[in-house]
Amino acid sequence: MTERARQAASAAQKKEITNRWLLSAPALVLIAVASVGPLLIVLLYSVLAPGSYGDVKWELSGQGWFNVFLSRDIFDDTISLADAHVMILWRSAKLAVITTVLCLIVGFPTAYFIASRAPHNRSIWLFLITIPFWTNMLIRGFAIQEMIRNEGLANTILMKLGIISTPIQMLYTDFAILLGMVYVHLPLMVLPLYASLEKLDFRLVEAGYDLYATRLKVLWRIIIPLVKPGIIAGSILVFIPALSSYVIPRILGGGKNLMVGNLIELQFGQGRNWPLGAALSITLVIIVLFAMLYYVKNAGKTGGGHA
Amino acid sequence: MRKRFDIRVQPGFAMIAMFCFFLLYVPIFTLVVYAFNSGISIARWEGFSFRWFVAAWNNNLVIEAAIRSVQIAAIAAIIATAVATLAAIATTRTAGYRGLTFKYSFINMPLMVPEIVTAVALLILFSRIKVWTGYSGLGYLILAHTAFCIPFAYLPIRARLENMDLALERAAADLYATPFKVFRYITLPLLWPGILAGLMLAFVISLDDIVITEFVKSAGQETLPTYMLGQLRRAITPEMNAISTVFLLLSLAIVTIFFFLSRSNEKSD
Repeated sequence: MTERARQAASAAQKKEITNRWLLSAPALVLIAVASVGPLLIVLLYSVLAPGSYGDVKWELSGQGWFNVFLSRDIFDDTISLADAHVMILWRSAKLAVITTVLCLIVGFPTAYFIASRAPHNRSIWLFLITIPFWTNMLIRGFAIQEMIRNEGLANTILMKLGIISTPIQMLYTDFAILLGMVYVHLPLMVLPLYASLEKLDFRLVEAGYDLYATRLKVLWRIIIPLVKPGIIAGSILVFIPALSSYVIPRILGGGKNLMVGNLIELQFGQGRNWPLGAALSITLVIIVLFAMLYYVKNAGKTGGGHA
Repeated sequence: MRKRFDIRVQPGFAMIAMFCFFLLYVPIFTLVVYAFNSGISIARWEGFSFRWFVAAWNNNLVIEAAIRSVQIAAIAAIIATAVATLAAIATTRTAGYRGLTFKYSFINMPLMVPEIVTAVALLILFSRIKVWTGYSGLGYLILAHTAFCIPFAYLPIRARLENMDLALERAAADLYATPFKVFRYITLPLLWPGILAGLMLAFVISLDDIVITEFVKSAGQETLPTYMLGQLRRAITPEMNAISTVFLLLSLAIVTIFFFLSRSNEKSD
Protein backbone atom coordinates (compact mmCIF):
# COMPACT_ATOMS: atom_id res chain seq x y z
CA MET A 1 0.00 0.00 0.00
CA THR A 2 1.27 3.45 -0.79
CA GLU A 3 1.57 6.07 1.87
CA ARG A 4 -1.41 7.95 0.44
CA ALA A 5 -3.64 4.93 0.35
CA ARG A 6 -2.74 4.16 3.93
CA GLN A 7 -3.57 7.71 4.95
CA ALA A 8 -6.88 7.56 3.14
CA ALA A 9 -7.70 4.26 4.82
CA SER A 10 -6.91 5.55 8.27
CA ALA A 11 -8.90 8.73 7.60
CA ALA A 12 -11.88 6.64 6.54
CA GLN A 13 -11.52 4.53 9.65
CA LYS A 14 -11.38 7.62 11.83
CA LYS A 15 -14.47 8.95 10.14
CA GLU A 16 -16.28 5.69 10.74
CA ILE A 17 -15.42 5.72 14.43
CA THR A 18 -16.61 9.33 14.72
CA ASN A 19 -19.83 8.33 13.00
CA ARG A 20 -20.29 5.47 15.41
CA TRP A 21 -19.88 7.82 18.36
CA LEU A 22 -22.37 10.25 16.86
CA LEU A 23 -24.89 7.48 16.33
CA SER A 24 -24.67 6.25 19.90
CA ALA A 25 -24.57 9.74 21.39
CA PRO A 26 -28.34 10.21 21.91
CA ALA A 27 -28.68 6.95 23.83
CA LEU A 28 -25.59 7.64 25.92
CA VAL A 29 -26.71 11.19 26.74
CA LEU A 30 -30.23 10.12 27.72
CA ILE A 31 -28.91 7.43 30.03
CA ALA A 32 -26.32 9.79 31.48
CA VAL A 33 -28.93 12.48 32.17
CA ALA A 34 -31.80 10.40 33.51
CA SER A 35 -30.36 7.18 34.83
CA VAL A 36 -26.68 6.89 35.61
CA GLY A 37 -25.69 10.54 36.04
CA PRO A 38 -28.09 11.26 38.90
CA LEU A 39 -26.34 8.53 40.91
CA LEU A 40 -23.44 10.96 41.29
CA ILE A 41 -25.84 13.41 42.92
CA VAL A 42 -26.86 10.68 45.36
CA LEU A 43 -23.18 10.11 46.13
CA LEU A 44 -22.75 13.85 46.74
CA TYR A 45 -25.87 14.05 48.93
CA SER A 46 -24.60 11.21 51.09
CA VAL A 47 -21.79 13.43 52.37
CA LEU A 48 -23.90 16.55 53.03
CA ALA A 49 -25.74 17.54 56.17
CA PRO A 50 -29.49 16.92 56.45
CA GLY A 51 -31.76 19.97 56.13
CA SER A 52 -34.35 20.52 58.81
CA TYR A 53 -37.33 19.96 56.50
CA GLY A 54 -35.91 17.37 54.15
CA ASP A 55 -33.40 18.11 51.40
CA VAL A 56 -29.84 18.99 52.46
CA LYS A 57 -27.71 21.81 53.80
CA TRP A 58 -24.74 22.55 51.52
CA GLU A 59 -22.00 21.63 53.96
CA LEU A 60 -19.84 18.52 54.11
CA SER A 61 -20.83 16.06 56.78
CA GLY A 62 -20.17 12.43 57.54
CA GLN A 63 -23.45 12.14 59.38
CA GLY A 64 -25.29 10.28 56.63
CA TRP A 65 -22.72 7.52 56.46
CA PHE A 66 -22.28 7.56 60.24
CA ASN A 67 -26.00 6.92 60.64
CA VAL A 68 -26.00 3.92 58.34
CA PHE A 69 -24.18 1.81 60.87
CA LEU A 70 -23.97 3.82 64.07
CA SER A 71 -26.19 6.04 66.13
CA ARG A 72 -25.48 8.65 68.74
CA ASP A 73 -27.65 8.65 71.82
CA ILE A 74 -29.54 11.93 71.97
CA PHE A 75 -29.14 12.17 75.76
CA ASP A 76 -25.64 11.13 76.67
CA ASP A 77 -23.89 11.16 73.26
CA THR A 78 -22.75 7.55 73.54
CA ILE A 79 -22.18 5.90 70.19
CA SER A 80 -23.72 2.53 69.49
CA LEU A 81 -24.60 0.34 66.57
CA ALA A 82 -27.60 1.73 64.69
CA ASP A 83 -29.66 -1.33 65.50
CA ALA A 84 -32.65 -0.39 63.40
CA HIS A 85 -30.68 0.24 60.20
CA VAL A 86 -28.22 -2.61 60.55
CA MET A 87 -31.09 -4.91 61.37
CA ILE A 88 -33.04 -3.93 58.27
CA LEU A 89 -29.93 -4.36 56.07
CA TRP A 90 -29.35 -7.76 57.64
CA ARG A 91 -33.03 -8.66 57.32
CA SER A 92 -33.05 -7.68 53.64
CA ALA A 93 -29.96 -9.76 52.94
CA LYS A 94 -31.49 -12.70 54.83
CA LEU A 95 -34.81 -12.50 53.00
CA ALA A 96 -33.05 -12.14 49.65
CA VAL A 97 -30.89 -15.21 50.32
CA ILE A 98 -33.86 -17.31 51.44
CA THR A 99 -35.80 -16.16 48.36
CA THR A 100 -32.88 -17.20 46.15
CA VAL A 101 -32.62 -20.64 47.76
CA LEU A 102 -36.36 -21.27 47.54
CA CYS A 103 -36.40 -20.14 43.90
CA LEU A 104 -33.54 -22.54 43.21
CA ILE A 105 -35.30 -25.45 44.92
CA VAL A 106 -38.47 -24.92 42.89
CA GLY A 107 -36.83 -23.50 39.77
CA PHE A 108 -34.20 -26.15 39.11
CA PRO A 109 -36.60 -29.10 38.75
CA THR A 110 -38.90 -26.89 36.68
CA ALA A 111 -36.13 -25.87 34.30
CA TYR A 112 -34.98 -29.47 34.11
CA PHE A 113 -38.51 -30.60 33.38
CA ILE A 114 -38.80 -28.10 30.51
CA ALA A 115 -35.36 -28.95 29.12
CA SER A 116 -36.22 -32.65 29.07
CA ARG A 117 -39.43 -32.16 27.03
CA ALA A 118 -39.45 -32.81 23.30
CA PRO A 119 -37.86 -29.80 21.54
CA HIS A 120 -41.05 -28.56 19.88
CA ASN A 121 -42.92 -28.56 23.21
CA ARG A 122 -40.31 -26.62 25.11
CA SER A 123 -41.19 -23.18 23.84
CA ILE A 124 -44.77 -23.54 25.08
CA TRP A 125 -43.62 -24.43 28.60
CA LEU A 126 -41.12 -21.56 28.46
CA PHE A 127 -43.86 -19.22 27.33
CA LEU A 128 -45.89 -20.29 30.38
CA ILE A 129 -42.95 -19.25 32.56
CA THR A 130 -42.56 -15.90 30.82
CA ILE A 131 -46.22 -14.81 31.04
CA PRO A 132 -46.18 -14.22 34.81
CA PHE A 133 -42.80 -12.58 34.39
CA TRP A 134 -44.31 -9.92 32.12
CA THR A 135 -47.33 -9.44 34.31
CA ASN A 136 -47.13 -6.23 36.27
CA MET A 137 -45.37 -6.75 39.60
CA LEU A 138 -48.16 -4.91 41.36
CA ILE A 139 -50.80 -7.22 39.94
CA ARG A 140 -48.80 -10.25 41.02
CA GLY A 141 -48.37 -8.80 44.50
CA PHE A 142 -52.05 -8.01 44.64
CA ALA A 143 -52.88 -11.56 43.52
CA ILE A 144 -50.79 -12.97 46.37
CA GLN A 145 -52.43 -10.53 48.77
CA GLU A 146 -55.86 -11.84 47.81
CA MET A 147 -54.75 -15.44 48.20
CA ILE A 148 -53.43 -15.13 51.71
CA ARG A 149 -55.60 -12.49 53.34
CA ASN A 150 -57.64 -13.70 56.29
CA GLU A 151 -60.77 -14.23 54.21
CA GLY A 152 -58.73 -15.27 51.17
CA LEU A 153 -58.64 -18.54 49.29
CA ALA A 154 -55.79 -20.14 51.27
CA ASN A 155 -57.45 -19.62 54.64
CA THR A 156 -60.89 -20.54 53.31
CA ILE A 157 -59.63 -23.86 51.96
CA LEU A 158 -57.69 -24.65 55.13
CA MET A 159 -60.79 -23.93 57.22
CA LYS A 160 -63.10 -25.95 54.98
CA LEU A 161 -60.71 -28.88 55.29
CA GLY A 162 -60.89 -28.47 59.03
CA ILE A 163 -57.14 -28.06 59.41
CA ILE A 164 -57.58 -24.74 61.17
CA SER A 165 -60.58 -23.22 62.90
CA THR A 166 -59.66 -19.54 62.73
CA PRO A 167 -57.81 -17.86 59.87
CA ILE A 168 -54.04 -17.69 60.16
CA GLN A 169 -52.63 -14.20 59.83
CA MET A 170 -50.39 -14.61 56.79
CA LEU A 171 -50.66 -11.21 55.16
CA TYR A 172 -48.32 -8.51 56.51
CA THR A 173 -45.79 -11.03 57.83
CA ASP A 174 -42.33 -12.13 56.72
CA PHE A 175 -43.96 -15.22 55.28
CA ALA A 176 -46.01 -13.01 52.97
CA ILE A 177 -42.91 -11.12 51.83
CA LEU A 178 -41.07 -14.36 51.14
CA LEU A 179 -43.98 -15.89 49.28
CA GLY A 180 -44.38 -12.74 47.20
CA MET A 181 -40.68 -12.50 46.42
CA VAL A 182 -40.41 -16.15 45.40
CA TYR A 183 -43.51 -15.75 43.28
CA VAL A 184 -42.22 -12.66 41.53
CA HIS A 185 -38.63 -13.83 40.98
CA LEU A 186 -39.17 -17.47 40.06
CA PRO A 187 -39.05 -16.88 36.27
CA LEU A 188 -35.70 -15.09 36.68
CA MET A 189 -34.34 -18.33 38.11
CA VAL A 190 -35.97 -20.72 35.65
CA LEU A 191 -34.93 -18.94 32.45
CA PRO A 192 -31.11 -18.95 32.89
CA LEU A 193 -31.26 -22.45 34.40
CA TYR A 194 -33.17 -23.63 31.38
CA ALA A 195 -30.63 -22.04 29.02
CA SER A 196 -27.89 -24.04 30.76
CA LEU A 197 -29.84 -27.29 31.02
CA GLU A 198 -30.89 -27.14 27.41
CA LYS A 199 -27.25 -27.42 26.37
CA LEU A 200 -26.65 -30.32 28.74
CA ASP A 201 -25.03 -33.23 26.93
CA PHE A 202 -27.15 -36.23 27.94
CA ARG A 203 -24.45 -38.61 26.67
CA LEU A 204 -22.54 -37.71 29.84
CA VAL A 205 -25.60 -38.59 31.91
CA GLU A 206 -25.88 -41.88 30.07
CA ALA A 207 -22.21 -42.58 30.71
CA GLY A 208 -22.86 -42.06 34.40
CA TYR A 209 -25.68 -44.62 34.41
CA ASP A 210 -23.52 -47.06 32.43
CA LEU A 211 -21.03 -46.83 35.27
CA TYR A 212 -23.77 -47.79 37.76
CA ALA A 213 -24.40 -44.34 39.22
CA THR A 214 -27.75 -43.88 40.93
CA ARG A 215 -30.16 -41.14 39.81
CA LEU A 216 -29.17 -39.03 42.77
CA LYS A 217 -25.48 -39.46 42.06
CA VAL A 218 -25.95 -38.54 38.40
CA LEU A 219 -27.81 -35.43 39.46
CA TRP A 220 -25.29 -34.46 42.10
CA ARG A 221 -22.02 -35.41 40.41
CA ILE A 222 -22.78 -34.86 36.73
CA ILE A 223 -25.77 -32.63 36.02
CA ILE A 224 -25.33 -30.01 38.74
CA PRO A 225 -21.59 -29.45 38.12
CA LEU A 226 -22.26 -29.12 34.38
CA VAL A 227 -24.95 -26.47 34.79
CA LYS A 228 -23.23 -24.60 37.63
CA PRO A 229 -22.85 -21.41 35.55
CA GLY A 230 -26.61 -21.40 35.04
CA ILE A 231 -27.20 -21.92 38.76
CA ILE A 232 -24.93 -19.00 39.59
CA ALA A 233 -26.53 -16.82 36.91
CA GLY A 234 -30.04 -17.57 38.14
CA SER A 235 -29.12 -17.06 41.77
CA ILE A 236 -27.55 -13.67 41.16
CA LEU A 237 -30.38 -12.59 38.88
CA VAL A 238 -32.81 -13.38 41.70
CA PHE A 239 -30.67 -12.12 44.58
CA ILE A 240 -30.08 -8.62 43.18
CA PRO A 241 -33.70 -7.56 42.59
CA ALA A 242 -34.83 -9.44 45.71
CA LEU A 243 -32.39 -7.49 47.86
CA SER A 244 -33.61 -4.19 46.47
CA SER A 245 -37.30 -5.10 46.53
CA TYR A 246 -39.59 -2.22 47.27
CA VAL A 247 -43.06 -2.96 45.96
CA ILE A 248 -43.50 -6.47 47.38
CA PRO A 249 -42.54 -5.66 50.99
CA ARG A 250 -44.62 -2.51 50.74
CA ILE A 251 -47.85 -4.26 49.79
CA LEU A 252 -47.37 -7.61 51.51
CA GLY A 253 -45.24 -6.68 54.50
CA GLY A 254 -47.41 -3.97 55.94
CA GLY A 255 -45.94 -1.04 57.80
CA LYS A 256 -43.50 -2.64 60.20
CA ASN A 257 -41.89 -5.35 58.11
CA LEU A 258 -39.51 -3.27 56.04
CA MET A 259 -36.68 -3.99 53.70
CA VAL A 260 -33.83 -1.69 52.77
CA GLY A 261 -35.68 -0.27 49.75
CA ASN A 262 -38.49 0.90 52.00
CA LEU A 263 -36.02 2.25 54.54
CA ILE A 264 -34.49 4.37 51.78
CA GLU A 265 -37.90 5.70 50.79
CA LEU A 266 -38.65 6.50 54.42
CA GLN A 267 -35.59 8.75 54.65
CA PHE A 268 -36.82 10.80 51.72
CA GLY A 269 -40.36 10.92 53.07
CA GLN A 270 -41.28 11.08 56.73
CA GLY A 271 -37.73 10.49 57.93
CA ARG A 272 -36.52 13.72 56.32
CA ASN A 273 -32.95 12.51 56.39
CA TRP A 274 -31.84 12.70 52.78
CA PRO A 275 -28.11 12.16 53.45
CA LEU A 276 -28.88 8.94 55.33
CA GLY A 277 -31.18 7.82 52.50
CA ALA A 278 -28.44 8.64 49.99
CA ALA A 279 -25.80 6.75 51.98
CA LEU A 280 -28.11 3.73 52.24
CA SER A 281 -28.69 3.90 48.47
CA ILE A 282 -24.97 3.90 47.77
CA THR A 283 -24.52 0.97 50.17
CA LEU A 284 -27.15 -0.94 48.22
CA VAL A 285 -25.48 -0.10 44.90
CA ILE A 286 -22.11 -1.31 46.23
CA ILE A 287 -23.57 -4.64 47.37
CA VAL A 288 -25.28 -5.09 44.00
CA LEU A 289 -22.03 -4.18 42.21
CA PHE A 290 -20.12 -6.90 44.04
CA ALA A 291 -22.83 -9.43 43.23
CA MET A 292 -22.64 -8.37 39.56
CA LEU A 293 -18.85 -8.73 39.51
CA TYR A 294 -19.15 -12.20 40.95
CA TYR A 295 -21.75 -12.98 38.32
CA VAL A 296 -19.60 -11.76 35.42
CA LYS A 297 -16.62 -13.71 36.71
CA ASN A 298 -18.42 -16.98 37.32
CA ALA A 299 -21.48 -17.16 35.14
CA GLY A 300 -20.58 -14.94 32.22
CA LYS A 301 -17.70 -16.88 30.71
CA THR A 302 -19.49 -20.07 29.72
CA GLY A 303 -22.33 -17.94 28.45
CA GLY A 304 -24.73 -19.39 31.03
CA GLY A 305 -27.21 -17.89 28.62
CA HIS A 306 -29.40 -15.58 30.64
CA ALA A 307 -32.11 -13.85 28.70
CA MET B 1 -42.76 -55.82 32.10
CA ARG B 2 -40.23 -53.30 33.26
CA LYS B 3 -40.52 -49.79 31.90
CA ARG B 4 -37.68 -48.63 29.66
CA PHE B 5 -35.10 -46.77 31.69
CA ASP B 6 -35.29 -43.09 30.74
CA ILE B 7 -32.03 -41.30 31.45
CA ARG B 8 -33.73 -37.91 31.36
CA VAL B 9 -36.06 -38.56 34.27
CA GLN B 10 -35.23 -37.38 37.76
CA PRO B 11 -37.68 -38.59 40.39
CA GLY B 12 -39.99 -35.91 41.74
CA PHE B 13 -38.86 -33.23 39.30
CA ALA B 14 -42.00 -33.34 37.19
CA MET B 15 -44.07 -33.00 40.35
CA ILE B 16 -42.14 -29.97 41.55
CA ALA B 17 -42.43 -28.47 38.06
CA MET B 18 -46.21 -28.93 38.14
CA PHE B 19 -46.24 -27.36 41.59
CA CYS B 20 -44.26 -24.43 40.15
CA PHE B 21 -46.76 -23.83 37.35
CA PHE B 22 -49.59 -24.24 39.85
CA LEU B 23 -47.98 -21.66 42.13
CA LEU B 24 -47.46 -19.26 39.23
CA TYR B 25 -50.98 -19.46 37.87
CA VAL B 26 -53.40 -20.01 40.76
CA PRO B 27 -53.09 -16.50 42.22
CA ILE B 28 -53.45 -14.82 38.83
CA PHE B 29 -56.31 -17.09 37.88
CA THR B 30 -58.16 -16.40 41.13
CA LEU B 31 -57.67 -12.69 40.63
CA VAL B 32 -59.20 -12.85 37.16
CA VAL B 33 -62.13 -14.98 38.31
CA TYR B 34 -63.11 -12.58 41.09
CA ALA B 35 -63.10 -9.70 38.64
CA PHE B 36 -66.38 -11.20 37.43
CA ASN B 37 -67.89 -11.45 40.92
CA SER B 38 -71.25 -9.74 41.20
CA GLY B 39 -70.81 -9.17 44.93
CA ILE B 40 -68.66 -6.54 46.60
CA SER B 41 -66.32 -9.06 48.16
CA ILE B 42 -63.06 -10.19 46.61
CA ALA B 43 -63.20 -13.44 48.56
CA ARG B 44 -66.80 -14.67 48.45
CA TRP B 45 -68.29 -15.64 45.10
CA GLU B 46 -71.80 -14.26 44.59
CA GLY B 47 -72.43 -14.80 40.91
CA PHE B 48 -71.17 -13.75 37.53
CA SER B 49 -71.34 -10.16 36.34
CA PHE B 50 -69.46 -7.49 34.43
CA ARG B 51 -70.42 -4.78 36.91
CA TRP B 52 -66.86 -4.14 38.08
CA PHE B 53 -65.59 -3.74 34.54
CA VAL B 54 -68.35 -1.20 34.01
CA ALA B 55 -67.47 0.47 37.30
CA ALA B 56 -63.81 0.74 36.28
CA TRP B 57 -64.81 2.07 32.86
CA ASN B 58 -66.93 4.77 34.51
CA ASN B 59 -64.24 5.68 37.00
CA ASN B 60 -62.61 8.83 35.64
CA LEU B 61 -59.50 8.40 37.78
CA VAL B 62 -58.88 4.96 36.31
CA ILE B 63 -59.41 6.03 32.72
CA GLU B 64 -57.25 9.13 33.14
CA ALA B 65 -54.47 7.10 34.73
CA ALA B 66 -54.70 4.46 32.00
CA ILE B 67 -54.54 7.04 29.23
CA ARG B 68 -51.58 8.73 30.91
CA SER B 69 -49.83 5.36 31.27
CA VAL B 70 -50.26 4.54 27.61
CA GLN B 71 -49.22 8.04 26.57
CA ILE B 72 -46.00 7.92 28.56
CA ALA B 73 -45.24 4.36 27.50
CA ALA B 74 -45.83 5.12 23.82
CA ILE B 75 -43.67 8.24 23.72
CA ALA B 76 -40.92 6.74 25.89
CA ALA B 77 -40.87 3.48 23.93
CA ILE B 78 -40.68 5.24 20.56
CA ILE B 79 -37.84 7.57 21.61
CA ALA B 80 -36.00 4.75 23.41
CA THR B 81 -36.31 2.44 20.42
CA ALA B 82 -35.14 5.12 18.00
CA VAL B 83 -32.00 5.97 19.95
CA ALA B 84 -31.40 2.31 20.80
CA THR B 85 -31.52 1.43 17.10
CA LEU B 86 -28.85 4.03 16.31
CA ALA B 87 -26.79 2.87 19.25
CA ALA B 88 -27.12 -0.76 18.19
CA ILE B 89 -25.93 0.07 14.69
CA ALA B 90 -22.99 1.93 16.21
CA THR B 91 -21.97 -0.93 18.47
CA THR B 92 -22.31 -4.01 16.26
CA ARG B 93 -20.61 -5.40 13.17
CA THR B 94 -17.28 -3.76 13.84
CA ALA B 95 -13.80 -5.07 14.38
CA GLY B 96 -13.92 -3.22 17.66
CA TYR B 97 -12.72 0.23 18.56
CA ARG B 98 -11.80 2.11 21.66
CA GLY B 99 -14.76 2.81 23.87
CA LEU B 100 -16.92 0.01 22.48
CA THR B 101 -16.95 -1.97 25.72
CA PHE B 102 -17.60 1.22 27.62
CA LYS B 103 -20.60 2.04 25.45
CA TYR B 104 -21.97 -1.45 25.78
CA SER B 105 -21.77 -1.48 29.56
CA PHE B 106 -23.01 2.10 29.87
CA ILE B 107 -26.12 1.34 27.83
CA ASN B 108 -26.82 -1.69 30.04
CA MET B 109 -26.13 0.16 33.27
CA PRO B 110 -29.78 1.06 34.01
CA LEU B 111 -30.44 -2.67 34.27
CA MET B 112 -27.90 -3.06 37.03
CA VAL B 113 -28.70 -0.16 39.33
CA PRO B 114 -31.49 -1.01 41.82
CA GLU B 115 -34.64 0.75 40.71
CA ILE B 116 -35.25 2.30 44.10
CA VAL B 117 -31.84 4.00 43.92
CA THR B 118 -32.49 5.42 40.44
CA ALA B 119 -35.88 6.58 41.70
CA VAL B 120 -34.34 8.41 44.64
CA ALA B 121 -31.63 9.93 42.40
CA LEU B 122 -34.24 11.23 39.95
CA LEU B 123 -36.36 12.55 42.81
CA ILE B 124 -33.42 14.67 43.98
CA LEU B 125 -32.49 15.87 40.49
CA PHE B 126 -35.98 16.61 39.24
CA SER B 127 -37.16 18.30 42.42
CA ARG B 128 -34.31 20.81 41.98
CA ILE B 129 -35.10 21.32 38.30
CA LYS B 130 -38.78 21.78 39.12
CA VAL B 131 -37.90 24.58 41.52
CA TRP B 132 -35.54 26.24 39.03
CA THR B 133 -37.71 26.09 35.96
CA GLY B 134 -41.21 25.93 37.39
CA TYR B 135 -42.04 23.23 34.82
CA SER B 136 -43.82 20.24 36.33
CA GLY B 137 -45.36 18.50 33.32
CA LEU B 138 -45.17 14.96 32.09
CA GLY B 139 -41.70 15.61 30.62
CA TYR B 140 -39.91 14.29 33.70
CA LEU B 141 -41.76 10.99 33.63
CA ILE B 142 -41.21 10.61 29.90
CA LEU B 143 -37.50 11.37 30.25
CA ALA B 144 -37.07 8.91 33.12
CA HIS B 145 -39.03 6.18 31.33
CA THR B 146 -37.11 6.71 28.10
CA ALA B 147 -33.78 6.29 29.89
CA PHE B 148 -34.61 3.00 31.58
CA CYS B 149 -36.30 1.62 28.46
CA ILE B 150 -33.22 2.08 26.27
CA PRO B 151 -31.39 -1.11 27.35
CA PHE B 152 -34.57 -3.15 26.90
CA ALA B 153 -35.05 -1.84 23.37
CA TYR B 154 -31.35 -2.17 22.64
CA LEU B 155 -30.97 -5.88 23.44
CA PRO B 156 -33.28 -7.43 20.79
CA ILE B 157 -32.17 -4.93 18.14
CA ARG B 158 -28.54 -5.68 18.81
CA ALA B 159 -29.24 -9.43 18.73
CA ARG B 160 -30.91 -9.07 15.34
CA LEU B 161 -28.09 -6.91 13.94
CA GLU B 162 -25.40 -9.32 15.01
CA ASN B 163 -26.99 -11.99 12.85
CA MET B 164 -27.17 -9.69 9.85
CA ASP B 165 -24.54 -9.94 7.18
CA LEU B 166 -22.88 -6.72 5.98
CA ALA B 167 -22.67 -8.08 2.39
CA LEU B 168 -26.03 -6.69 1.25
CA GLU B 169 -25.25 -3.23 2.54
CA ARG B 170 -21.82 -3.34 0.91
CA ALA B 171 -23.36 -4.42 -2.36
CA ALA B 172 -25.82 -1.53 -2.24
CA ALA B 173 -23.02 0.91 -1.50
CA ASP B 174 -21.05 -0.50 -4.43
CA LEU B 175 -24.05 0.29 -6.61
CA TYR B 176 -23.80 3.94 -5.55
CA ALA B 177 -26.54 3.99 -2.93
CA THR B 178 -25.97 6.87 -0.51
CA PRO B 179 -25.48 5.86 3.14
CA PHE B 180 -29.00 7.07 3.86
CA LYS B 181 -30.44 4.99 1.03
CA VAL B 182 -28.54 1.93 2.23
CA PHE B 183 -30.01 2.44 5.67
CA ARG B 184 -33.53 3.14 4.41
CA TYR B 185 -33.80 0.36 1.83
CA ILE B 186 -31.48 -2.36 3.13
CA THR B 187 -30.66 -2.11 6.83
CA LEU B 188 -34.03 -0.91 8.09
CA PRO B 189 -36.24 -3.54 6.40
CA LEU B 190 -33.93 -6.35 7.52
CA LEU B 191 -33.74 -4.96 11.04
CA TRP B 192 -37.48 -4.31 11.34
CA PRO B 193 -38.47 -7.42 13.38
CA GLY B 194 -35.75 -6.57 15.90
CA ILE B 195 -36.90 -2.98 16.12
CA LEU B 196 -40.52 -4.02 16.66
CA ALA B 197 -39.46 -6.50 19.34
CA GLY B 198 -37.48 -3.75 21.06
CA LEU B 199 -40.43 -1.39 20.84
CA MET B 200 -42.82 -3.92 22.40
CA LEU B 201 -40.42 -4.71 25.19
CA ALA B 202 -39.80 -1.05 25.95
CA PHE B 203 -43.55 -0.35 25.91
CA VAL B 204 -44.34 -3.12 28.39
CA ILE B 205 -41.45 -2.15 30.66
CA SER B 206 -42.60 1.46 30.74
CA LEU B 207 -46.24 0.49 31.24
CA ASP B 208 -45.32 -1.72 34.19
CA ASP B 209 -43.07 0.69 36.00
CA ILE B 210 -44.05 1.59 39.54
CA VAL B 211 -41.06 2.59 41.61
CA ILE B 212 -39.50 5.28 39.43
CA THR B 213 -42.91 6.69 38.49
CA GLU B 214 -43.98 6.80 42.13
CA PHE B 215 -40.97 8.96 43.01
CA VAL B 216 -40.86 11.18 39.91
CA LYS B 217 -44.55 11.97 39.39
CA SER B 218 -45.94 15.33 40.41
CA ALA B 219 -49.38 15.76 41.95
CA GLY B 220 -52.13 14.59 39.62
CA GLN B 221 -49.82 12.50 37.46
CA GLU B 222 -50.92 9.04 38.51
CA THR B 223 -50.24 6.25 36.07
CA LEU B 224 -52.28 3.08 36.27
CA PRO B 225 -49.73 1.22 38.44
CA THR B 226 -49.27 4.09 40.89
CA TYR B 227 -53.05 4.56 41.06
CA MET B 228 -53.42 0.89 41.90
CA LEU B 229 -50.65 1.06 44.48
CA GLY B 230 -52.54 3.90 46.16
CA GLN B 231 -55.79 1.92 46.12
CA LEU B 232 -54.21 -1.18 47.68
CA ARG B 233 -54.04 0.61 50.99
CA ARG B 234 -57.80 1.03 51.12
CA ALA B 235 -60.64 -1.41 51.24
CA ILE B 236 -60.48 -3.25 47.95
CA THR B 237 -63.45 -4.08 45.74
CA PRO B 238 -63.41 -6.37 42.70
CA GLU B 239 -62.96 -3.18 40.65
CA MET B 240 -59.23 -3.64 41.30
CA ASN B 241 -59.51 -7.17 39.93
CA ALA B 242 -61.25 -5.86 36.84
CA ILE B 243 -58.56 -3.23 36.22
CA SER B 244 -55.86 -5.85 36.81
CA THR B 245 -57.53 -8.24 34.39
CA VAL B 246 -57.63 -5.69 31.57
CA PHE B 247 -54.03 -4.68 32.29
CA LEU B 248 -53.04 -8.36 32.29
CA LEU B 249 -54.70 -9.00 28.94
CA LEU B 250 -52.96 -5.99 27.42
CA SER B 251 -49.52 -7.15 28.63
CA LEU B 252 -50.30 -10.67 27.50
CA ALA B 253 -51.20 -9.49 24.00
CA ILE B 254 -48.00 -7.48 23.67
CA VAL B 255 -45.82 -10.26 25.05
CA THR B 256 -47.38 -12.77 22.66
CA ILE B 257 -46.55 -10.54 19.71
CA PHE B 258 -43.03 -10.09 21.10
CA PHE B 259 -42.70 -13.85 21.48
CA PHE B 260 -43.54 -14.49 17.84
CA LEU B 261 -41.38 -11.61 16.64
CA SER B 262 -38.32 -12.89 18.45
CA ARG B 263 -39.07 -16.37 17.14
CA SER B 264 -38.97 -15.05 13.60
CA ASN B 265 -35.76 -13.31 14.65
CA GLU B 266 -34.19 -16.64 15.52
CA LYS B 267 -35.45 -18.43 12.46
CA SER B 268 -34.04 -15.96 9.97
CA ASP B 269 -30.40 -16.48 10.85
